[in-house]
Amino acid sequence: MATIFKQRNMIAFFILIALVFPFLTNNNYLIHVMTLAFIWMIAVYGLNLLAGYTGYLSLAHAGFFAIGAYSLSLLTTKAEMNYWLAFVLALIITSVLGLLVGLISLRTKEHFFAIYTLCVGYIIYLVIDKWDSLTGGIRGLIGIPSPANIGPLTFNTPVANYYLVLFFLLLTILIMYRIVHSLTGRTFIAIRNSEDLAQTIGISTMTNKLLVFVISTFFAGLAGALYASFIRFIGPDIGYINVTFDILTYLIVGGIGTLSGPIVGTIIIVWVSQQLQFLQDYRMMIFGPILTLLVIFYPRGISGGIYDWTMKRKEKKRQNIDKNQQMISAQETSAASNKNG
Amino acid sequence: MFLETKNLTKKFGGLTAVNNVDFAIEQGKINAIIGPNGAGKSTFFNLISGFHPPSSGQIIFKGQDITNLPSNKIAELGVARTFQTTNLFDQATVLDNVIVGHRLRTKSNLFDAILRTKRLKREEQQCREKAIEVLDFVGLTDVSHKLAGGLSQEEKKRVAFALGLATNPEIIFLDEPAAGVNPDETEGLAELMVKMVESGVTVCLIEHKMSMIMKLADRIMVLNYGEKIAEGTPTEIKNNDAVIKAYLGGSAIA
Repeated sequence: MATIFKQRNMIAFFILIALVFPFLTNNNYLIHVMTLAFIWMIAVYGLNLLAGYTGYLSLAHAGFFAIGAYSLSLLTTKAEMNYWLAFVLALIITSVLGLLVGLISLRTKEHFFAIYTLCVGYIIYLVIDKWDSLTGGIRGLIGIPSPANIGPLTFNTPVANYYLVLFFLLLTILIMYRIVHSLTGRTFIAIRNSEDLAQTIGISTMTNKLLVFVISTFFAGLAGALYASFIRFIGPDIGYINVTFDILTYLIVGGIGTLSGPIVGTIIIVWVSQQLQFLQDYRMMIFGPILTLLVIFYPRGISGGIYDWTMKRKEKKRQNIDKNQQMISAQETSAASNKNG
Repeated sequence: MFLETKNLTKKFGGLTAVNNVDFAIEQGKINAIIGPNGAGKSTFFNLISGFHPPSSGQIIFKGQDITNLPSNKIAELGVARTFQTTNLFDQATVLDNVIVGHRLRTKSNLFDAILRTKRLKREEQQCREKAIEVLDFVGLTDVSHKLAGGLSQEEKKRVAFALGLATNPEIIFLDEPAAGVNPDETEGLAELMVKMVESGVTVCLIEHKMSMIMKLADRIMVLNYGEKIAEGTPTEIKNNDAVIKAYLGGSAIA
């Protein structure tokens, strides 16, 4: 039972389902919903590395998502650049802006950092909303091209788009898996546990925090760029605070600081909100209490809860084995002393 | 001198936490800093390990001025320290918690991580071996696969030592290593400190447990209101009038 819930198996299972999903359904709408969920997952993974593994909760994530989306859109529609060149440039632009914001915002810590990045996120939104001549303001941008062909690969059908996004998601998961399981990942976790302690064991905390902040914005930008070319029109609302909190909700429900958390949380919330669409905004009356209960009883979300539970079981098993061994050895010694006596 | 401070002063606004302290640490000895609460002992540690920049004065380690170095650079030079409380990652095993201690001696970066290069694999192995070695040194081999959250106070102290030792230090500063542990366990930690010195790591500690200090330390410095009021061997300190007055109170010099 416990092995089913192992993070690695959970991720492998998800990948398998994701790969065959388009064969299970002919419903384009479902494929659309799944593709969108995958795009969000990429953004959630970015936030997870920063907030979950390094302990810095950035609330500017939607801002960087929007920067990625707008960079791609402007470069393709206004500058009429080659799609994939624009795609790469969009990621670079987002990362460079992430570096600049990180340099300043990482001078703060904890809730100050959260508040500071919240403001940064809102400023990004305002700039997009008000800079009419560049971003089209409230009207947004339309006519964003879908991904250009790569050799024989074309991306004009929903299924092709689905697989393209899935490819980027799998790449994201692979990169995250490797980072978390490397010395670099251990360094991030050390910073989360105690920055002072990390520094005394020789870790340059600023460099590492900056690195993780840039990685996080890079993946927000990647998700944004994919979103823009998938939906093909964007407005300033994709950079709004609500989007940040949606991403954060996916992360918290799935499990902050766990590798499978972003998948679990996003899938569950996206599907549940699809099912509850007839309730419109009253859905929040269901989500609110559930989220509150989850944070109180399972602060590490669904994945974290399952992980803790399996670790506890393992620990209990080991203790039982220890106890049995002690009993056996005690019996042996008493038998030996009986013999001697 | 191995490590010395010259006229070291730290002012927090109007408060002088450390005032003109000259202190020298000899290599291969157990050095202790004692003093009443609020005497500036922890601030003194924070100055040496680079957490606070001193207001004035100098810190010299093996002939090199380290006064204005950041704490991670100081750690790289071979100066380790522990805190009064150690924040471990409770959901990971003890071994996993200690592996990162050797990180500063490795070079692999983000790209090594993403590409899983040979260098990363080699350095990971190196860090793991180091962690196993230091956990064995501090006597925690048996619990190395337990979750850090389930450790006793004394075991946590030992993990803190292990983390410090994993950085390959030449000198380790221990901030109240025996606080909150029972007398038997204190004895065990004292033995461990002797073992550390024997293995070639110089020890400098802050401690309140006098019986332990008097038995253990080779040299003692006494701080009071940020100033050094005495320095010497345990016997000298025991009989020093200024020290007795600082601890027991008393009127002006009779």
